[in-house]
Amino acid sequence: MLEIKNLHAEVEGNQILRGIDLTVKPGEVHAIMGPNGSGKSTLSYILAGKEDYEITEGSITYNGVDMLELSADERAVAGMFLAFQYPIEIPGVATMTFLKTALNAQRAARGEEELSTPDFMKLVREKSKDLKVTPEMLRRPLNVGFSGGEKKRAEILQMALLEPTLCILDETDSGLDIDALRIVSEGVNQLRSPERSMIVITHYQRLLDHIVPDVVHVLSKGKIVKTGGKELALELEANGYADYVGEEA
Amino acid sequence: MAAVQETIDHVKSIDVDQYKYGFVTDIESELAPKGLNEDIIRFISAKKDEPEWMLNWRLDAFQRWKTMEEPEWARVNYPKIDFEDLHYYAAPKTQEGPKSLDEVDPELLETYKKLGIPLSEQEVLAGIAPENRVAVDAVFDSVSVATTFKEELAKAGVIFCPISEAIREHPELVQKYLGSVVPVSDNFYATLNSAVFSDGSFVYIPEGVRCPMELSTYFRINERNTGQFERTLIIAEKGSYVSYLEGCTAPQRDENQLHAAVVELVAHEDAEIKYSTVQNWFPGDSEGKGGIYNFVTKRGDCRGANSKIAWTQVETGSAITWKYPSCILRGDNSVGEFYSIAISNGHQQVDSGTKMIHLGKNTSSRIISKGISAGVSQNTYRGQVSAHRKAKNARNFTQCDSLLIGDKCGAHTVPYIESKNATAVFEHEATTSKISDDQMFYCQARGLNEEEAVALIVNGFVRDVIQQLPMEFAVEAQKLINISLEGSVG
Ligand SMILES: Nc1ncnc2c1ncn2[C@@H]1O[C@H](COP(=O)(O)OP(=O)(O)OP(=O)(O)O)[C@@H](O)[C@H]1O
Ligand SMILES: [Mg+2]
Repeated sequence: MLEIKNLHAEVEGNQILRGIDLTVKPGEVHAIMGPNGSGKSTLSYILAGKEDYEITEGSITYNGVDMLELSADERAVAGMFLAFQYPIEIPGVATMTFLKTALNAQRAARGEEELSTPDFMKLVREKSKDLKVTPEMLRRPLNVGFSGGEKKRAEILQMALLEPTLCILDETDSGLDIDALRIVSEGVNQLRSPERSMIVITHYQRLLDHIVPDVVHVLSKGKIVKTGGKELALELEANGYADYVGEEA
Repeated sequence: MAAVQETIDHVKSIDVDQYKYGFVTDIESELAPKGLNEDIIRFISAKKDEPEWMLNWRLDAFQRWKTMEEPEWARVNYPKIDFEDLHYYAAPKTQEGPKSLDEVDPELLETYKKLGIPLSEQEVLAGIAPENRVAVDAVFDSVSVATTFKEELAKAGVIFCPISEAIREHPELVQKYLGSVVPVSDNFYATLNSAVFSDGSFVYIPEGVRCPMELSTYFRINERNTGQFERTLIIAEKGSYVSYLEGCTAPQRDENQLHAAVVELVAHEDAEIKYSTVQNWFPGDSEGKGGIYNFVTKRGDCRGANSKIAWTQVETGSAITWKYPSCILRGDNSVGEFYSIAISNGHQQVDSGTKMIHLGKNTSSRIISKGISAGVSQNTYRGQVSAHRKAKNARNFTQCDSLLIGDKCGAHTVPYIESKNATAVFEHEATTSKISDDQMFYCQARGLNEEEAVALIVNGFVRDVIQQLPMEFAVEAQKLINISLEGSVG
């Protein structure tokens, strides 16, 4: 279970998160929506352990463990995964190599045995087929020259392989064409399970048509200003944020 | 910035003292008295049982060397070397060139075993398919202590032996080729080497022969205050092929040790020589104390038409590296290649690169250089590409990439380009990059710790060059890269 309490964060003296409270139970899918610049990506980066932010108040615990004490890689090992809004290019490192290195690094950190190359290949083939990631793409350096949609599919492939227990998806739908949106959503839905929590950041209802959330939050100016069921997203789609953004000001 | 800052700190705190090959072999050795004079040269020559012409060649080199000045143009700083304070000859006492492996001192076999180089042919044979076999010449301080697979190579007509042996057994070849690529008075260190060279490997591949296995030499400096001056000569006759690997290590010592080698390659018509080096001399400790001064002259002569010489090097060690493996593209249509990974960490200083001298028509060359600097090291690529008047349609492509880890180190690119033929086309691309915070965070968010993340990114950066290495060497090189950038996380 993820528990965020009264989280305040700033970067270079600018207050960006101004008191976030959020609890995500195992099996739940929470959607976070909100205007550009409201702090959604910031929240996701802070959860994943990016160090550019100063946490001035509040706490984050995951399964009872203080996440703010852990480095990014330790959080990954603890089961956290962030699908980036803007995935990073790693020149010269074949996607396949990256996947294997990441998986085995996590396994080693958990004291599990490394996966043998044949077992790993089998696993990747299986998962990449579902996400329509071609062998050719797996041979290319990670994210280098990938189209927007390819990058997002590669993110979900990593998620499927690493099998995290807390998935944070930051605008995974942006840049996807209609077919890719369906493929990616199916990939995500396959990972839905009673043990796994998800936070899905998006601007659009269309993603939530596929990945149906249990709870929808509206983030504005660094605070959650409204929480509702899946119908809240429909309402936002129709009326925009005006009603809620005003409240906070 | 935090993530990268931490990496920098880790890399900074790297105890280079974790240098894995830093052990010393306790073996009795015979040392020449310190200092350099004609008597020492006569002593070395006599030890090697050399013919008169060889001694005269050395003495001539010595006379020239005395008139020369140590070059100062490289971007390296070090206290003046006292050439009188060195031993110019050191040999394990127990033997004067073993006749067979059975005669090799077990301590020595053990040393090479520790270095991961089995010298026992049985051991090599046990685990490896014939096509993957590597014949090894092991040079310990000033002498070659063992050469494996000599008989099998001899069947193919290949000569692979210590150069001291070649001087005695194949004088006509040595006389014809020694100094024909790197002239005696080429430069200060090469001239010094010509006067005092101790041992090294000699390779001769006869016409039309594809050398049946990889050949390799492992150099090991053991003795204190000793200079190692090895000399390697490789001749590939018409239509032949050879792939040669060179590996180097040295124990950890407080004082600096001098290594001034000369390597000469000759490729005749349609011949190909592939020369790979994994250099891991002791780089000095975390304070910059000790380490090898590596002043090396390596040059290949594409003497015949359609010949090809490729240099691949992975340089991770030495306190100072001064090294420019070069190709003289004399034959028409000849090809020269240079693939290099140079890593500097701690207080290391690297000034390395290549020269591609286009003399013949339609000659082409390719340079891929990857420099990685960390700690407070300085890493300079120095490259020269020239086309002479007759080098019609000469082509060169140079790609020179530098990667910086931290902000206390430096990367420098110094290309010299000179063309006397209007049809020559030279392309030069250079990039300098840093491992970004974003890349580090991305990798860490996938579960890689800092060290693993740096290693992965660096391995990606050098991939083009690693791919040029023979398989077994590629694995070794990759490990070496990881070790030399290892931090002390935790
Ligand atoms: N390093 C930084 N320095 C200064 N300001 C920053 C920094 N990072 C984020 N911000 C600011 O914090 C605010 C929140 O940014 P964030 O990326 O979290 O928004 P978002 O909700 O994800 O927006 P979008 O919907 O456009 O993706 C923005 O105003 C942004 O400019
Ligand atoms: Mg965002």
